[in-house]
Amino acid sequence: MLAKRIIPCLDVRAGRVTKGIRFLENVDVGDPVAMARYYYEQGADEIVFYDITASNERRGIMIEVVRAVAREIFIPFSVGGGLRTLDDLREVLLAGAEKVSIDSGAVRNPELIAQGASAFGSQCIVLSMQVKRAADSAQFPSGYEVIIDGGRTPTGMDAVQWSQRGEELGAGELCVNSIDRDGTRLGYDLEITHAISQAVSIPVIASGGAGEPEHLREAFTAGGADAAIVASLIHYGDYAIPVLKRYLHDRGVEIRMT
Amino acid sequence: MAAPIIAIVDYGAGNLASVARALEHLGYPCEITGQAERIRSARAVILPGVGAAGATMANLCERGLDRVLKEEVIGAGKPFLGICIGIQVLLQSSAEGNTKCLGVVRGSVRRFPPVDETGRTLKVPQIGWNRVHQLKGHPVFDGVPEGAHFYFVNSYYAVPDDSELVIASAQYGVTFAAAIARGAMLASQFHLEKSGAAGLKMLDNFCRTMK
Repeated sequence: MLAKRIIPCLDVRAGRVTKGIRFLENVDVGDPVAMARYYYEQGADEIVFYDITASNERRGIMIEVVRAVAREIFIPFSVGGGLRTLDDLREVLLAGAEKVSIDSGAVRNPELIAQGASAFGSQCIVLSMQVKRAADSAQFPSGYEVIIDGGRTPTGMDAVQWSQRGEELGAGELCVNSIDRDGTRLGYDLEITHAISQAVSIPVIASGGAGEPEHLREAFTAGGADAAIVASLIHYGDYAIPVLKRYLHDRGVEIRMT
Repeated sequence: MAAPIIAIVDYGAGNLASVARALEHLGYPCEITGQAERIRSARAVILPGVGAAGATMANLCERGLDRVLKEEVIGAGKPFLGICIGIQVLLQSSAEGNTKCLGVVRGSVRRFPPVDETGRTLKVPQIGWNRVHQLKGHPVFDGVPEGAHFYFVNSYYAVPDDSELVIASAQYGVTFAAAIARGAMLASQFHLEKSGAAGLKMLDNFCRTMK
């Protein structure tokens, strides 16, 4: 049985971590490399970076971050945010990321998933999807719609149908981020996480809403997730990764203890 | 140019730099090379990579590296480490595209079953951290806790005829060989270079076997 993964998420804008992180001493909390190293040493199973720098000219800065991170941490890490072409994927992977996370770029051009999987292997293609509860059950059988462009643009696509399409196209993993729960600390959206876990046979990563250790346990059990993304839960010093892992381990969840 | 200490075999596929970065972190000079002469003169050789068995074998054969690895590295008793696809190509054949492999280890490579022991769908490829059980007190595991998790990405696994070669096993639908060893030849299905402290420790232990 594979261990359930805990994946810290770092938002990076123009080479700096954007979310305030209060608890660290002697660590430059804005430095993505120092933060990655810190979470690596704390026992993170993987790390995800989202490049929220909008403009193309700043892409080079992120590539430098990826190169520096790759020299410092020896666990897989993925990079997402604004990846649109096969060349974008190649650049990030060659810089040392294990995986790429594609979101809006995959909705606009689903072939990007297939091309990426064929060129680099499914194992490094993560289809990330932002989902939002929808009222219209005729158009959205799962009750959830896929939204792109950082939560601004509705796509009219059903979340479960898109997840299945992503798997068919060759995605190796699916990251399901609930827009409704993001930042609320009310817990992951277990309903859509479970629905997608049941609908596909690739690993599912729960994202959005973690506020306490029990939320992770729920994501792994009721939600059927294989991994969970944590951000504010750990960034603001409320819980350290070893504390989360101990909590889950003590409750019978298969966890990598370091 | 001085002979490389450790040659990482470049066969034109896969991300080889991650192994190089891990070795540099540990303080071992290494060189990514596809040249037979550089591989021959290295003190240890690592065959890493992700990708398909067929493409890997085709790339190795095209460069004449199949014979170099077989006869002048593994056959000559030079310390050798195969990682991921680097364990699978040691066998005689792989079910992945019915590929003829190096054949330095008798046996074959099989695909994970579609369902596990309890009849539930098995996600293939295996992507993630799995427990590795040490079956023998092999020195490469010195300082590595029994049952430690390592990072795997694979759809296929090696099945050596001689089960004595299997120094560690893992469970994923079936019990499979996580690592094998014979003399100076060592190979792991998991990615040591992506397995945190446990992986680095094993890599360090391997490097210490160099004369």
